[in-house]
Amino acid sequence: MHKIWLIIQREYTTRVKNKRFLLVTFLMPLLIIGLIFGSAYLSTTGTEHRKIAVVDPNGFIKNALKNTSQIDFEFPENIDTSNYSSKGYSDILIIPKFDTTQKTNYILRSKKSMGLMLQNSISDKINSAIEDKMLQAAGIQQNTLDSIHKASQYAELKAYEDKGKTSKESNAGLAMGIGYASGFLIYITLFIYGTMVMRGVMEEKTNRIAEVIISSVKPFELMLGKIIGIGAVGLTQFALWIILITTLTSVGMGFLPADIQHQVTTLQQTNGQMGGAAGMAQASESAMRIYNMQHTISTANWPLIIGCFIFYFLGGYLFYSALFAAVGSVVNEDPQDAQSLMFPITMPIIFSYLITNMVTQNPNTPLAFWSSIIPFSSPMVMMARIAYGVPSAVTYWELALSMIILVAGFLFTTWLSGKIYRTGILMYGKKVNWKTMMKWAFMKQP
Amino acid sequence: MDPLLSLKHLQKFYASQKAVDDISFDIQAGSIFGLLGPNGAGKTTLLRMITGIFYPDEGQIILDGQPFNPINDISKIGYMPEERGMYKKMKIGEQALYLAQLKGLSKADAMEKITYWFKKLEMESWWNKKVEDLSKGMSQKLQFVITVLHEPKLIILDEPFSGLDPLNANLIKDEIYALAKKGSTIIFSTHRMEQVEEICDHIVLVNLGKKILDGTVADIKQQYKENIFSIETNQIDTIADNTIFSIVRREGNKVFVKMNGDHDGNQVLTHLINNHHHIIAYNELLPSLNEIFIKLVESTHASTRAFQNS
Repeated sequence: MHKIWLIIQREYTTRVKNKRFLLVTFLMPLLIIGLIFGSAYLSTTGTEHRKIAVVDPNGFIKNALKNTSQIDFEFPENIDTSNYSSKGYSDILIIPKFDTTQKTNYILRSKKSMGLMLQNSISDKINSAIEDKMLQAAGIQQNTLDSIHKASQYAELKAYEDKGKTSKESNAGLAMGIGYASGFLIYITLFIYGTMVMRGVMEEKTNRIAEVIISSVKPFELMLGKIIGIGAVGLTQFALWIILITTLTSVGMGFLPADIQHQVTTLQQTNGQMGGAAGMAQASESAMRIYNMQHTISTANWPLIIGCFIFYFLGGYLFYSALFAAVGSVVNEDPQDAQSLMFPITMPIIFSYLITNMVTQNPNTPLAFWSSIIPFSSPMVMMARIAYGVPSAVTYWELALSMIILVAGFLFTTWLSGKIYRTGILMYGKKVNWKTMMKWAFMKQP
Repeated sequence: MDPLLSLKHLQKFYASQKAVDDISFDIQAGSIFGLLGPNGAGKTTLLRMITGIFYPDEGQIILDGQPFNPINDISKIGYMPEERGMYKKMKIGEQALYLAQLKGLSKADAMEKITYWFKKLEMESWWNKKVEDLSKGMSQKLQFVITVLHEPKLIILDEPFSGLDPLNANLIKDEIYALAKKGSTIIFSTHRMEQVEEICDHIVLVNLGKKILDGTVADIKQQYKENIFSIETNQIDTIADNTIFSIVRREGNKVFVKMNGDHDGNQVLTHLINNHHHIIAYNELLPSLNEIFIKLVESTHASTRAFQNS
């Protein structure tokens, strides 16, 4: 046991002290946060400004086309598709005479094609103007219409999951996000740390240090020490990421203007209620948005999700890294061999990731159930299902079964790989395929 | 005196062949033992069984009077494999410390011994260097230090001098003698016969997984001598074939003669003196180990058996 501990220490410290590890660990959260804030920033300010000339013989649509920060609508005379650009417009919108009996096509011509979001918003505006016109034609007063529009702004779907006597707010969007993010994170880390184990084993073999060490410790101890040491590096990296992201987020919150911060705290204290419509007006739009974000995030069962994430990361890592170690042990100098031998290991990982993408939208299909039980895919798929809540989406017995099978699975792959490893690590100059590896796995002691 | 290591009918089979086929021999404590054999003879497999990397299929290994137990006896053995290896990116001091601790030394103990050996072999300035910065000879020296650091009773050196310049080779040779004098037993595996002749007390030659020669260097030479004597004289022309010996060849002022029947060397000398030959030098010509090796191995036509494991 003491020797495994020495090996774990070496594997861990040489990697954690490595400059590349520090670089990745500290740059990754900055990169992620930068991407989130950067794309948010770009989406609000970075879009182009358009000036659209509208030709509308109907007249009533004019009221519906209000100028926004991105679009100016103008209604000039004597304009057509041939001269709009010379008159300084970026687009021209031609709405034909409206006819209730058939579908009407209105035409947009642009110098530069317009994004889907903008097109949709223009289409929505015109359609609602037509709808209003038809409602008015049916005898509904303008002020009645206005009050209906206003009222509909206040309706919001809040889903709750029933848990016996209590019910808890649930949020499918958040669950999908968490499921997708944790599935993706496990997918990426399985690859990163799995190949790290493989390269470590290959290094020891091609350096020929394996024989020196194996005359001091058992091959299995060397393999296990490497797997555990690199797994600990992975956990360290996650811990540092969580700390960094939470610190950076709270630092980022500190840069918000004081009145918004105040409003957010008030919203938190009053549980989102600020006394009806009057309160809504008090809380600015951005404070409301921040509060909503925080509130949504708080509806997830974080201790359970983080706990399960660590379990499934470790389980998946141990399951696959043992196989990666076995491949590393049979490869000679040629990295090409590693590529082809890795294929049967990387395929199930990629498949599981694809299944995870489906499961994040639909956590309760038979495919989701079975792939969250089978250890090849359970680390990723089960995380996507857990995000939808335990025990509402995943029952306790399913979770327990999946966990037990995963533990049994990695014990099996470790045992199997240990047998392949101890033969492969001392074998030079022979090209090996999976068939030979299986033969070694079931061979008696060397 | 009891042998330190005793192999009894060791056998190890791989699917396609017998790598080690019923090999037995003893190694006396404090001796320098040569394990010889052509490539693929089974030497590496034999050494891997002695170091506990492989388990024998049949037979027994007795180390220090007890049946060999790989887990506990590892600290009694220092093994320097032919294919040397180091972590290229790791600092030399840390690497030595790590490998010594894997052999069971405490950190303080390991530190003390590394300092001692590094000083002795003038390697102190290497501590913070990386292995990739060392020359081949330098890393060889480091490997030797790591092998003997934990003061093992049994030291196994596979081709310890390959890649060393004569100066460093002598340095290591002196250390090997010193270790043997202090009571360590050394197994020395090589193809370099002149080194074996110089260093080893006792040798075993294996070929095709079988032991084909076992004894002290002097005994083996006696056993394989061809009763050829060299006579140095200034009157070579007057020496002719007779009942005692026949002339094999003449070379300058030397005549090489082969005994006829079971006459011995003194009879040659008596014959020459009686015939008033002036003798400058006279000695028996013993075969070199190299010649014995080639003679024994060549006859089997199987000197290059590939090492296989499945």
